[in-house]
Amino acid sequence: MSTVQDPGAAQNASKSAAAIDRAKAQGRAALIGYLPAGYPSVEETIAAGIALAENGADLIEIGIPYSDPVMDGLVIQAATTQALAKGFHVKQVFDVVRGITSKTDAAVLVMTYWNPVVRMGVEEFSRQLADAGGAGLITPDLIPDEASEWMAASDKYGLDRVFLVAPSSSPERMKRTVEASRGFVYAVSIMGVTGARTSVSSAARDVVAAAHAAGAERVCVGLGVSNADQVREIAGYADGVIVGTALVVAIGDGGVDAVASLTKDLSTGLTREEA
Amino acid sequence: MVRLMVDAPAAGSDESAVDAFLQGGESLRHAPGPYFGSYGGRWMPESLIAALDQLEDTFEKAKADPEFTAQIAELNKNYAGRPSLLTEAKRFAEHAGGVRVFLKREDLNHTGSHKINNVLGQALLAKRMGKTRVIAETGAGQHGVASATAAALMGLECVVYMGAEDCRRQALNVARMELLGATVIPVTNGSQTLKDAINEALRDWVANVDNTHYLLGTAAGAHPFPAMVRYFHEVIGEEARAQILEQTGRLPDAVCACIGGGSNAIGIFHGFLDDPSVKIYGFEAGGEGVETGRHAATISLGKPGVLHGARSYLMQDDDGQTIESHSISAGLDYPGVGPEHSYLADIGRVSYEPITDSEAMDAFRLLCRTEGIIPAIESAHALAGAMKVGQRIAAEAGESGDASEKIVLVNLSGRGDKDVATAAEWFDLLDKDSPEHEIATEGEQL
Repeated sequence: MSTVQDPGAAQNASKSAAAIDRAKAQGRAALIGYLPAGYPSVEETIAAGIALAENGADLIEIGIPYSDPVMDGLVIQAATTQALAKGFHVKQVFDVVRGITSKTDAAVLVMTYWNPVVRMGVEEFSRQLADAGGAGLITPDLIPDEASEWMAASDKYGLDRVFLVAPSSSPERMKRTVEASRGFVYAVSIMGVTGARTSVSSAARDVVAAAHAAGAERVCVGLGVSNADQVREIAGYADGVIVGTALVVAIGDGGVDAVASLTKDLSTGLTREEA
Repeated sequence: MVRLMVDAPAAGSDESAVDAFLQGGESLRHAPGPYFGSYGGRWMPESLIAALDQLEDTFEKAKADPEFTAQIAELNKNYAGRPSLLTEAKRFAEHAGGVRVFLKREDLNHTGSHKINNVLGQALLAKRMGKTRVIAETGAGQHGVASATAAALMGLECVVYMGAEDCRRQALNVARMELLGATVIPVTNGSQTLKDAINEALRDWVANVDNTHYLLGTAAGAHPFPAMVRYFHEVIGEEARAQILEQTGRLPDAVCACIGGGSNAIGIFHGFLDDPSVKIYGFEAGGEGVETGRHAATISLGKPGVLHGARSYLMQDDDGQTIESHSISAGLDYPGVGPEHSYLADIGRVSYEPITDSEAMDAFRLLCRTEGIIPAIESAHALAGAMKVGQRIAAEAGESGDASEKIVLVNLSGRGDKDVATAAEWFDLLDKDSPEHEIATEGEQL
């Protein structure tokens, strides 16, 4: 079902956009949950991904553990370092994606630093991701300026290109990044790295507004979001809410069950309050 | 940039191709970035792009501002101690095939290495940008000490990230930085090495970019760092070229430098890249031998990839995970390399070769005993390479027999005071019961 047979037809269908639009049709923002592949094991990542989808997540972001994760805080660094120490290989991310997409309707994206993709070959990586039913890539250290190979490969295989925009992005860069993106635009809520924070910076609202103004149809907010109250706040102005570190803590402390219950709780914040 | 995007001859191409490239009127000396052939660029989080743009803009304006260039010249002369000397090493040269060997004495600069050139320039740019805080990474502590020095001089707050293991081994350098007013933060995540110190500095920069400049210590990273760091070190090559002409009346036959990230090398190479008669050599850290896997010979054995903001040669596994490097020299112990070096390797303008720990330490001792100069272990890699180059030149001169007319120029990038404990242990000079032996094997305990 998910195998891309006709690249031409695939270009029309963004899986991420469809998932966000389904949530929108229900009068709510989309919930996007992040899990690092291979933490604590590949099997548990798949089980936790399915639990995410069954408990309210619309999109799932699977991170590839990488030796030099400059945009990640301590919790995710510790998890991905452990996955690598236990022998995780990049190709296993396709097993994780296939394991989740074969059991759920959630759109499954891969979040990866760029060098593992370069090493496999951008074209080959894209082909295998599409074959596994993946929706696309979130690329924290790839900007559109350097993405010509990825633009071509993602067009060919019908994959979403989720680039990041930040509070520091100039209007020109905002426009360029929005135009290069497909599926949604990832708005970084704060100048910093991943990790739970007690409050979401007010900068997030401005970044989302700027991305919308630059023409983005769907803007999702990540970095620092860890509880239902924060989800509720962001759901008031963004198209989706991305939760990472809190889920990594949950799977580390309480396994798949903890992921399920946290997701259920987070999803209570999604419904937009009356204006 | 455009003229450097011309089709370049492939790696390992013969010299005539390089000669044609140079004689075609293509200057290699002032490559502005962001790309060096297919290397370089900005493989960085979007959050930092605005800061890189600001830095590029400030740097370009400063270069064209006579007030800035006068400030640099004044600091170089009256603070760093430039120009550094060019010293002929006659007794050392007897071990290098009998060619003439000249040493560019960056070891005589304030803080003891070429690093001061770059930190003074970048600290001035930080002030121009209105930034009040600089951060830096350091391996053994040389760039950290230099950064702390420039920050003290210019009244900037300074935070240095350093692997926790390096902090333990180099406790005296930690103390030096703290004496100079810097805060040293031990990095305990990842592999706890220089590359992790860079990762941590980048994380700090993302969070504090409004008031903070990242004072990167080598000619690597995202644009504009490679071209900018080269610019601040170009003085090495320009002085050396003028000095060798003055002392010998001609250009050298070969120029040698050690390569970690490659900042001292690109500085001296700059002076000679457009001289087709000058062969240029970069010596990487071969560690325990490239066949052992425990080395830092990035260009010799790595594959192109992206790390810390640039596309360049990289030590990586089949999954694209960075491989840890190994070298007796902390300053060369880095699994990446500046992108301009990758380009110069591919077009065949510069030859890059590995030098083992053992070869470097032999050259280290030789320079001590023949010239009365204790070199940094980093620079000893260039000395060992120069010995090989000199011997090759002598072999080629062969029948005509006039190797003594040939000239090899070596960048002596730093002094070896910091390396005395390592060297004493290597040469087994320490009493096993002495506190010095304990320091050399266990690190300094302050």
